Amino acid sequence: MNSAPRPETVKSQLQLTVNGETRDVLVSAHKTLLEVLREDLGLTGTKHGCELGECGTCTVLVDGVPVLSCLALPVELEGAAIATVEGMATDGRLHPLQQAFAELGAAQCGYCTPGILLTAQALLHQEPAPGRERIREALAGNLCRCTGYTKILDAVELAVLRMARPAVVAGGEG
Amino acid sequence: MNKADFAVVGQPLPKIDAWAKVTGETKYADDLVLPRMAYGKLLRSPHPHARITGIDTARARALPGVYAVITGADLPPVKFGILPVSQDEEGLCTEKVRMVGDAVAAVAAVDEETAERACELIEVGYEPLPALMSIEDSLAHPEVRIHEYGDGPNVHKNVALQFGDVEDAFARAHLVREDVFYFEGNTHLPMEQHAAVAHHGPDGKLTLWSSTQTPHYVHRLLGKILDMPTAHIRVIAAPVGGGFGGKLDPFAHEIAACKLSQVTGRPVKITLTREEVFYVHRGRHPVLMWIKTGFTRDGDITGCHLRTWLDGGAYGSYGVASTFYTGVINPVTYKMPIYKFEGARIFTNKPPCGPKRGHGTPQPRFALECQLDKAAEQLGLDPADLRRRIVAEPFTKTANHLTVTTIGLAECIDKVVEASGWREKRRALRARPRTGTKKTGLGIACSAYLTGAGTAIYWNSMPHSGVIIRADRGGGVAVLCGATDIGQGSDSILAYLPAEVLGIDPRDVRVHPADTDLTPVDLGSYSSRVTLMCGMAVIQAAQRLRTVIFKAVAEKLDVEPSALVARDRKVGVADDWDKALPFARAVELAEAMHGVLAFAGSYAPPKRAGKYKGGGVGPSPCYSYSACVVELTVDEETAEIDLRDVWIAHDVGRALNPLLVEGQVEGSVYMGIGEALMEEQVFRKGLHKAPSMLEYKSPTTLETPNIHTMIVETDDPEGPFGAKEAGQGPLLPVIPAIANAVHAAVGVRIDEVPITPDKILRALDLKRRGKPARIGPDKLPLFTFKDALMVESAFGLPAEAIAVRPFADAETVTEPPASTSPAASRAPASPAPDIGARPT
Repeated sequence: MNSAPRPETVKSQLQLTVNGETRDVLVSAHKTLLEVLREDLGLTGTKHGCELGECGTCTVLVDGVPVLSCLALPVELEGAAIATVEGMATDGRLHPLQQAFAELGAAQCGYCTPGILLTAQALLHQEPAPGRERIREALAGNLCRCTGYTKILDAVELAVLRMARPAVVAGGEG
Repeated sequence: MNKADFAVVGQPLPKIDAWAKVTGETKYADDLVLPRMAYGKLLRSPHPHARITGIDTARARALPGVYAVITGADLPPVKFGILPVSQDEEGLCTEKVRMVGDAVAAVAAVDEETAERACELIEVGYEPLPALMSIEDSLAHPEVRIHEYGDGPNVHKNVALQFGDVEDAFARAHLVREDVFYFEGNTHLPMEQHAAVAHHGPDGKLTLWSSTQTPHYVHRLLGKILDMPTAHIRVIAAPVGGGFGGKLDPFAHEIAACKLSQVTGRPVKITLTREEVFYVHRGRHPVLMWIKTGFTRDGDITGCHLRTWLDGGAYGSYGVASTFYTGVINPVTYKMPIYKFEGARIFTNKPPCGPKRGHGTPQPRFALECQLDKAAEQLGLDPADLRRRIVAEPFTKTANHLTVTTIGLAECIDKVVEASGWREKRRALRARPRTGTKKTGLGIACSAYLTGAGTAIYWNSMPHSGVIIRADRGGGVAVLCGATDIGQGSDSILAYLPAEVLGIDPRDVRVHPADTDLTPVDLGSYSSRVTLMCGMAVIQAAQRLRTVIFKAVAEKLDVEPSALVARDRKVGVADDWDKALPFARAVELAEAMHGVLAFAGSYAPPKRAGKYKGGGVGPSPCYSYSACVVELTVDEETAEIDLRDVWIAHDVGRALNPLLVEGQVEGSVYMGIGEALMEEQVFRKGLHKAPSMLEYKSPTTLETPNIHTMIVETDDPEGPFGAKEAGQGPLLPVIPAIANAVHAAVGVRIDEVPITPDKILRALDLKRRGKPARIGPDKLPLFTFKDALMVESAFGLPAEAIAVRPFADAETVTEPPASTSPAASRAPASPAPDIGARPT
């Protein structure tokens, strides 16, 4: 057996905050956030489509900003708030985006869905009332091969409507 | 049956797996982790064609963390293939490699990186052979043989069929057009990379979890490939993260995972990289086409002669079926009284092609629909009117002996013409002088597609789909079916339909799919067969369950079973609903009377194959129809295409869930747009030119236009509650509609997909120089098709209105509850004659 340690066996202990929970992990420095989430933390809701930063499938939020977890390194993310699809529902209630995606058939095979949900969540956090074109732009980095995007755009619009309802009612609109 | 009579059918319900999918709960194959699991990697060939002179695995075996290294020598010396006639693949190649990406060795190790490093330490001796990279290459070099079998040197399949005297048909025509088209190959690009986990247990039994669309065929073939009793193999299809035909073959990684698990005694997982997915693909065949069609002055087709040359790649795969599919579906759409088809599939040293959404039919559809557009222009006819005039007759036979039932194509054409403003916009575009460089054009095309292949991949008389339904004392119903949900919603259909029959909520139904130990065989998620075939099987099983429940409740309420109705989770007499029993109570009574409530349903399509060799490919219980109009602009300076709107109408027979039908239509349109405008799987010196998601261009939200979907219902007697397919057919018309719209916009013909700006620019340049403004193939291979099998045309013969189906229940023919219960189904096995004879 070769006794010399391989470079990647040098591991760092990190404290990551994922979905509001602080977790200690011991990982090789070159491990991607995608790998650590899926393999060390058991958060398999984050999917991978290319592992080269091309398809958007592995998108998570870091401090509210969409990040491709296949290109992000956990060693740089201590102290940041990492959010995955598993954290979208709160108090047992689905996020309005999740509800709308389910109701409108925006998830077919469902594989790109977590990344798209989180990208949309970040958009709605920044812009509570984006129009369809703005939603299109925001989701342009997330590939979906099933839906033709139509039901995805519909679902984001429905979520926007539902999240804005109090304001809409107060404003006397629609 | 009236739409209003349904409780579940026709409702835009969420899919039953929607909640798991939006929360990240769905466990795809790569999400599975088992204790002691090892990670596997395949070593793949860097050569497109080479003899293997030796493989040395010693250094790889010595690497710490490596559990096992296997080569082809560790596998039984058998060849396999998805089709019985094309047994030409090896799990790991032994004597030679035929494409870059052929697997030659596999490693199981403690983690992926160690496995990868071990692969690098395997030394493979290769003696390169000449690589044949195109149809022309392969035909020009018969001395270089990719395979030793087939219909000639490097010719995998050579078919020729003639239905009537095509030369006579051309002689009678007012206009005869000959055109040549080329359709570049492209790939499925599912978002999920293929993954498999195998576990060979200490009891000698093997379990494979895989992202596969065909667990049954994988199960069947693994027994042969591993030379072990199929009885000791269990295949479970994990939810598939996108298939589109790309996960229909048994793959090297599945085989290697199984063997490595046998060797190591550990579970082994292999997940492909994206680059590997591009190489293993089995996607759209590149097809060169020559099509000659005769037209009358009014646009009627007198006869059609089609020749196709398919670039098959290195292995057979589904290629024989693909070859037939480039020819046999064409006569289903329009009145085509005389038809001749010649097709050939050629082996090349590239990844093999196979079935992708539309399997073999988008290519000839592109050719035919573009040719119709040219013919309409020459005849001075509106291309929409021409198509509407020649729509095939429902409940007749085609020239090539296919039986068509309902046809909603005329209504589809009317809908897209109306919704798109086809007539007004075209009139306005003609009247208004065009200014600026951006020119607008509209194009139209139509199509038809099968709802399930009428024959299985291997010849047998067993059901194509089977279901077991079991009622629980709590009022729940479990459905076990070998179907695989690839996102199309088959699990949901398997919940909706029994809920409709039994008068319960779909949420009361638990669906257990695709486990060869537990579920009856369903042949797989391909050929748009699942909704129809599983649907028919689950309806039969649910009806059998309902019959015993009604018998028990009838005794309790002292009424005739025929007086009972099941709805709102109750069973009772409609006029005396207060006494109706809760469904759970009805189940208890029935179980007390009959014992365990578990019933099977089986479905096999009507046996209607034409009585000639080759007649087995093409028959289907029924065909879906689509019509599509697109509007786009082309910038004459940059040749940039701005596709704005797509209107599509689809005859789905009956929308069991309109939301899911729309989703399938929209997804098909999207995929058609990708193929029409950008996607291409091309190779240079054996290497894929764009094996990544960034380089292989596919439409994002920004390139995907507004898709306006219209559903047409024709209530087909062959389908479950009248349903036909929706998942593939709507892709077909999009591609030629775009080509036709480009011509309408700038007056150039791009007879080759993808239709990219460089081709349009070259055509515009030709136009400016007064030359024929066409880009497309201008020469055909030197190739001799075999003498055509002469078969009399069956065109226009009446179809048997009610087909005889194997396994259908005779008693459901006159089963009274079907007609008295609002929530009950029409007896689907044998519809009343008036339904079958109703024109659309």
